[in-house]
Amino acid sequence: MNTSMPRSLVAFAAVVYIFLVGPLIIVIGAALSDTSYLTFPPQGLTFRWFENIFEISAFRRTIVTSMQLAFLATGLALLVGIPAAYALNRHRIQLPSWLSTVFVLPILVPEIVLGFSLLKSVAVGASLPIFLSLLIGHTLIVLPYCVRVISASLSSFDFSIEEAAISLGSRPAKTFFTIVLPNVRSGVIAAFILAFITSINDVSTSLFLTGPGISTLPIQILAHVEQFFDPTIASVSVLLMVLTVAVMAIVERTLGLTFLTK
Amino acid sequence: MPKRFAGWILAFPATVLVALFLIVPVTLTIATTFGDGSGPVAPYLDFFNSGFRRTVLWRTLEVSLATTAISLLLGFLTAYVVSRAPGRLKSILIIAAVFPLLTGVVVRSFAWLIILGKNGILNNFLTWIGVIGEPLSMLYTEGSVIVAMVYLFTPLMILTLVGVLENIPDDVIQASASLGATPVATFRQVIFPLAVPGLIVGAVLVFTGSFTSYATPQLLGGERQMMMGTLMYQAAMVNFDWVSASTIATIMVVITVSVVLAMTRIAKRLNPMTT
Repeated sequence: MNTSMPRSLVAFAAVVYIFLVGPLIIVIGAALSDTSYLTFPPQGLTFRWFENIFEISAFRRTIVTSMQLAFLATGLALLVGIPAAYALNRHRIQLPSWLSTVFVLPILVPEIVLGFSLLKSVAVGASLPIFLSLLIGHTLIVLPYCVRVISASLSSFDFSIEEAAISLGSRPAKTFFTIVLPNVRSGVIAAFILAFITSINDVSTSLFLTGPGISTLPIQILAHVEQFFDPTIASVSVLLMVLTVAVMAIVERTLGLTFLTK
Repeated sequence: MPKRFAGWILAFPATVLVALFLIVPVTLTIATTFGDGSGPVAPYLDFFNSGFRRTVLWRTLEVSLATTAISLLLGFLTAYVVSRAPGRLKSILIIAAVFPLLTGVVVRSFAWLIILGKNGILNNFLTWIGVIGEPLSMLYTEGSVIVAMVYLFTPLMILTLVGVLENIPDDVIQASASLGATPVATFRQVIFPLAVPGLIVGAVLVFTGSFTSYATPQLLGGERQMMMGTLMYQAAMVNFDWVSASTIATIMVVITVSVVLAMTRIAKRLNPMTT
């Protein structure tokens, strides 16, 4: 530790942290307030706004849709992303260098542009069902996390272990599942979590793809805020924060959180 | 499986996914703006001839640049403190930055509705201490959008820069100190230049994120402070004018992609570690 850190700088950082964490504490307080409007500090203490979430059918439906989308999109992205990440590392010489750029395109292209383009070409142009269009959009936006994170894990994997197994008679597919995959387990978990969180929170891509009867939770929250200004939204927000905490606990258990700064 | 093609076969499904559902649709969106029959650049003339749309474009640039500048300042100084903090405290500080980052955009923008509203916390507090007589209208101003965006992107900046600052070898800093540099001089002449590539990466992430955002300007700016994202949504889903929405989309792609390309090139050139 550098002991010569100026006091003023430390104070500045402390203020920034209050700025970062304060608003979230305010949301939690507002969710517990026994008033029909949003306020902080909470007046009275109630959990009725949490019950209210499940009394509004739009929230019930969109929570289910968002969870389904997040699991399916992450699953699909891993299914195509893991082989791609493997190919990028194991068969680097065969593949052109621009190929890895292709897999990060969904981050480079603004999400809102992707959402609109999918609406035009896929949802309307090819008249695919709403849920399928949403699933395609979400799979695309989470794919870069899957390919990049797993690729980073694979880059430190010693492929001579794999070759040893194959030369000893193990079949390539079996070798992949018993030798390669267990060695990049932490990368797969990290990719899963980043992808899941990205999908659950997505607004810009889903915005154009939701339709009559099918919406996602963040879009439903946006719609609700524009009509009602009661603590229900604060309590939905708290639910999402609880989900985030759960996810962070998993990351901490398996990888240690510092991996997120790498 | 022929060995020569093994790599291609494995990368094939993901490549097809991106090609079919991203490259083709986005190219079509861009293409419609050049071939709608009324002349090749007509939609762009329409866009730039409209005073309202020009204002939206300038406002978006202004908000994004202000957001980038403020979060660079907050993020860099904070990341410096975090990167030099002792182990246990450092992990707590990193968790405190990761948590807001993983909490969704909608939730974090919504928090500012509670703070800045007419009956919001800030107004109540200011009235209570007697600074103001009656509540100010802080929502639906450019300022409220910028505050929420800075709030949105500062954690990203901190985390990007903590990684960069941690990679600066301690030897370099100790060498500077042992040669008589004050902490401030070390910060300005050693740490800052070494962090410039990271600062550029952070700035690009924040700029492109703000420039193409939707939820925050929608919630905190409303109709009055429309930005490119909200303008595009309105063109597509309220007016059903897909050519004009595609034009806005193309302008967004051109601006963000050129910023990314230009800045990564500059970052490479400025990196003192590679020269």
